[in-house]
Amino acid sequence: MSGQSHDGSPEAWTTKLRRIWLKILPPEKLLPDHQPAYVASWVYVFGVLTLSGFVIAVLSGAVIAFRGPTWWHTSPIGHFVNSLHLWSVELFMFFMALHLWAKFWMAAWRGRRALTWMTGVAAFLLSIVEAFTGYLSQTNFDSQWIAFESKDAFNASGAGWFFNPLNFGQALLLHVVLLPLILAGLVAVHVLLVRIRGVVHPIGAYSVKAAPTASASVGEAPAGGSGAQAVAGATNTAKEGS
Amino acid sequence: MSATAVNKMSRKERRRAEAASWAGPVRHYDILKEATVGLILISILTVLASFAFGSPDRPPVTISAWSSAQPVGFTDVALSELAQTSDSATYGPPYNNGSGAVQNIGPVSPQRLLGVHYPLNTAKDFVLRPLHSLPPNPALASALSRFEYALPSQDLAWVHSYEHSLAHLSLNDNVLPAGTASAGPVPEMMKALLGMAQSGGLDTALLANSSFYTTNYTKPLLFIGDSWNAQATASFWGQAVNAEHLQGTQWGVMNETGSWPGQPWLWLYTMWYQIKPFSTSANGDLDVIAIMTGLSLALLFLPFIPGLRSIPRLIPFYRLIWKKWYREHPQT
Repeated sequence: MSGQSHDGSPEAWTTKLRRIWLKILPPEKLLPDHQPAYVASWVYVFGVLTLSGFVIAVLSGAVIAFRGPTWWHTSPIGHFVNSLHLWSVELFMFFMALHLWAKFWMAAWRGRRALTWMTGVAAFLLSIVEAFTGYLSQTNFDSQWIAFESKDAFNASGAGWFFNPLNFGQALLLHVVLLPLILAGLVAVHVLLVRIRGVVHPIGAYSVKAAPTASASVGEAPAGGSGAQAVAGATNTAKEGS
Repeated sequence: MSATAVNKMSRKERRRAEAASWAGPVRHYDILKEATVGLILISILTVLASFAFGSPDRPPVTISAWSSAQPVGFTDVALSELAQTSDSATYGPPYNNGSGAVQNIGPVSPQRLLGVHYPLNTAKDFVLRPLHSLPPNPALASALSRFEYALPSQDLAWVHSYEHSLAHLSLNDNVLPAGTASAGPVPEMMKALLGMAQSGGLDTALLANSSFYTTNYTKPLLFIGDSWNAQATASFWGQAVNAEHLQGTQWGVMNETGSWPGQPWLWLYTMWYQIKPFSTSANGDLDVIAIMTGLSLALLFLPFIPGLRSIPRLIPFYRLIWKKWYREHPQT
């Protein structure tokens, strides 16, 4: 029953939110132990490797942030942590690029998954800005040169009005606070959308219930996901339904 | 339902079918196990790469190091700041009302539109104010007073005269010429500024503002950068840039010092700077930004762009990705 609690009083906001949440994203979708049979390619690993790179980058960045942005110039441990940060970012960006290409060739925006694609692309673009502000925050020769060389593009486009790459303080705060928060939010929404919408079907493969009419109807996954009541593949369905 | 019926699924029906929860065959999967294995794998790769390759850390260039290595080179740039003929002095918004670096596409110039919001007067900010911050010195005080009370045309004449005296010297020469009467107070000012720069005082003075703390390096970086603009690879800064393959024509900001990978994800952005007309255009930055903004928006809204969104269907790489599925379900 919705709209009312057991004792007849109006449904609490919390209860309503929980009810809607469980409807949109039940636990078996959030933490699945089964996937469609077509999820059987190394391509699917790129997403989780991207996430892993992000986690290591955040953790190593947090250590540098804790000790301050110039710590790593004078401490061998700090330099190693900086190396961890650098290579986790390289891996993060590498696997994200592979993930993006793979999803492009899979046309992964199909089936009301456009928002999943868009949050992923937004995260990719924001990651480039995040990495760029990281390079500006290194407090070394690279930072100097990248800041000086890039200022013309920012100024020419008008972005210099709100972002000055020569302003180390601004770049650092963007890098360690604002951009990671937005990026983490985007990544979280992206992952939740993947869980809510499910993994995109192979092109031409539909899990369509056999229907007696000429119009194809859409089948729902049976509880437990056995797929016994549904047929994968439009042509298969057609044969069984004919 | 016949095969013909399914093959004739309308776009709407196909979209509904693609959006539906999968009701076909499934396989065992453990999301937590996958996440854990992924995290361990990336952790190992990160640690191995860090041990094997480390990370670059070339110290920043300081005005002190530059002016010590190239006293004449530094003074030459300082004179252009004093005469307000340097790149920073003539840059335009957001620093001043010059037009040297103002870019536009047709009649539109976002730079000009948004105006000056980080005001910079190179004569005052880079030379006169730092000199005033030095301990009292009668000769310098007299020179500054003479310079500041003279007509601007006289100031320029003095500066140009001293620039002429430097013209035949190497950037690395260690002794500034005494100057002639035609250079007025400028040689005294430059001598003091060079001493201040070599001692590290100018690095500090350019950062100082009304408060004790600062995190804004705009002024010293613009000052140092003007040496690159004026003296290119002969400058102290330019030698380092060239040696590290960081010039714009060497894929610029995408690289980093040494042999480390830098930011390869900027390859498309940086590529435009390597080809004409962008490599030679006075509006190159704005043109490239416009192109990349367009491409980024196209990528973002790809699901809604007819033609582009159909590319994966037309070039069936997806058959490789789902090879196993298509092999086991050849009808699809």
